[in-house]
Amino acid sequence: MLAKLFFGYYAVVIIFLSLLVITRKNPVHSVMWMLLLFFHIAGLYLFLNAEFIAAIQVIVYAGAILVLFLFVVLLLNLREELQVERFVGSWPAGLIIAVAIFAIVVNVIRSFVLAPPGKYSIEYIKEATHTKALGTILYTEYLFPFEIASLVLLIAIIGAIVLAKRKTRSH
Amino acid sequence: MNEIIYSFIEYFIGQVSNPWLKMGIDVFIILIQIAAVVVVALLHVAYATYFERKVMARMQVRIGPTEVGPIGLLQPFADGVKLFFKEDIIPANADKPIFYLAPVIFFASALTSLSVLPFFNNFAVANINVGLLFIFAMSSIGAYGIVMSGWSSDSKFAFLGGLRSASQVISYEIAMGLSLVGVMIMAGSLNLSEIVRAQHQYPTGMFAIPQFIGFFVFLIAALAETNRLPFDLPEAESELVAGYFTEYSGFRFAMFFLGEYTGMLIMSSVAALCFLGGWTIPQFITNALPFLSYVPGIVWFLLKVYLIMFFYYWVRSTFPRYRYDQLMGIGWKVLIPLALANIVLTAFVKILVKGL
Repeated sequence: MLAKLFFGYYAVVIIFLSLLVITRKNPVHSVMWMLLLFFHIAGLYLFLNAEFIAAIQVIVYAGAILVLFLFVVLLLNLREELQVERFVGSWPAGLIIAVAIFAIVVNVIRSFVLAPPGKYSIEYIKEATHTKALGTILYTEYLFPFEIASLVLLIAIIGAIVLAKRKTRSH
Repeated sequence: MNEIIYSFIEYFIGQVSNPWLKMGIDVFIILIQIAAVVVVALLHVAYATYFERKVMARMQVRIGPTEVGPIGLLQPFADGVKLFFKEDIIPANADKPIFYLAPVIFFASALTSLSVLPFFNNFAVANINVGLLFIFAMSSIGAYGIVMSGWSSDSKFAFLGGLRSASQVISYEIAMGLSLVGVMIMAGSLNLSEIVRAQHQYPTGMFAIPQFIGFFVFLIAALAETNRLPFDLPEAESELVAGYFTEYSGFRFAMFFLGEYTGMLIMSSVAALCFLGGWTIPQFITNALPFLSYVPGIVWFLLKVYLIMFFYYWVRSTFPRYRYDQLMGIGWKVLIPLALANIVLTAFVKILVKGL
């Protein structure tokens, strides 16, 4: 009962905050609502006993990525551009795509079967602590996908530096 | 702690069997703990300002505050009362909701970090398994208070201060996080109480000795993270008036001021817990001088915290301010590679020497 109440609260508030984020006229206010949204997502993770993911959600998304959004918004100085028309001309296309994706998701959910509980039960994770359980599984069972993911991120970092680097000598 | 309060309640109203009543009592105990921690921490913050003024005065051959109370001991309260009754001025073009919210975010994020600090054995408001990560998360939320105050004030000095502070805090957060990874590897936990216990079992009794590189990186990153000299570029008075809180006055200004000192207190506590052994002292000292084991843990903890606070003041009155590009150079080209090297070294030693 209490668990359902918690989940209901988070689900409703996350949807409501997402709507606030995309409807604000002032982009800085959007970012602030998004901060609150990230906190609610972190709360949802905590509620699922994933304390490490919850902390990382706040550190990485709220602490780093959103601050970079904020930088872009601040440096563009959007104060004067707030009077611009809010919707772009191609909104019917966007609406059709969104409705199509929604229909697909609804249809897919119907064929959803709950997997049998595996080795990583709540008791096991409480015993081993979430961070340790996650670290062990990432570096043993899923080592290869993990390394590939980190390689992809490394390529993105190098790419960003190459793009941003000023050319000192012309060849 | 909780057992004492429980036995006290049972003494008066008998055995508690109703689960709702039990939950109510638990919530009540937590509220009392929160109130106690906040009040005690804010008193420490008040006297940290007094301590700073006295220490700096002595280093600069002055005597510091002397007028209010005996040897100036009531000066922090006089300052607080003055700030409380000052007029609250809001710039005409300010973005009002965010202008109001920014100091609250800054101060609240600093106070929230206090909840996971174990001040002595078995006492922390929330003894969570990801305590260290929680402190990082809260310190990155504090950056929002600074950026938003700078943006919403509609003043170029505040805006530049906010931008500088945000990039500085993000850069040094990486160095700080990496410098603590060595401690996490050695302790095998992210729980602050577990880290202290692991240190107590360790032969040197403090991780500062095997983790000297991490300790060095952490101390410098903590200076930058709390916007203290020599890295106080966001509030450099010779360039930016007062930086991000230029337009704030009265109690809103006081919240930034208190938040900054609470941040210092938290960084000093983390250094004391992760590198200096928290509430414990090394076992070889208690073996040599057994009477020291009767000293309560909170005394050792506070001594260590004040040692690091003193280090902050010492650095402040010794070094001139860095230039902004120098600050970024130190962070990205010196501290982060050093911290990464420390992680690799610690992990190797941990694998090679089993008993570590």
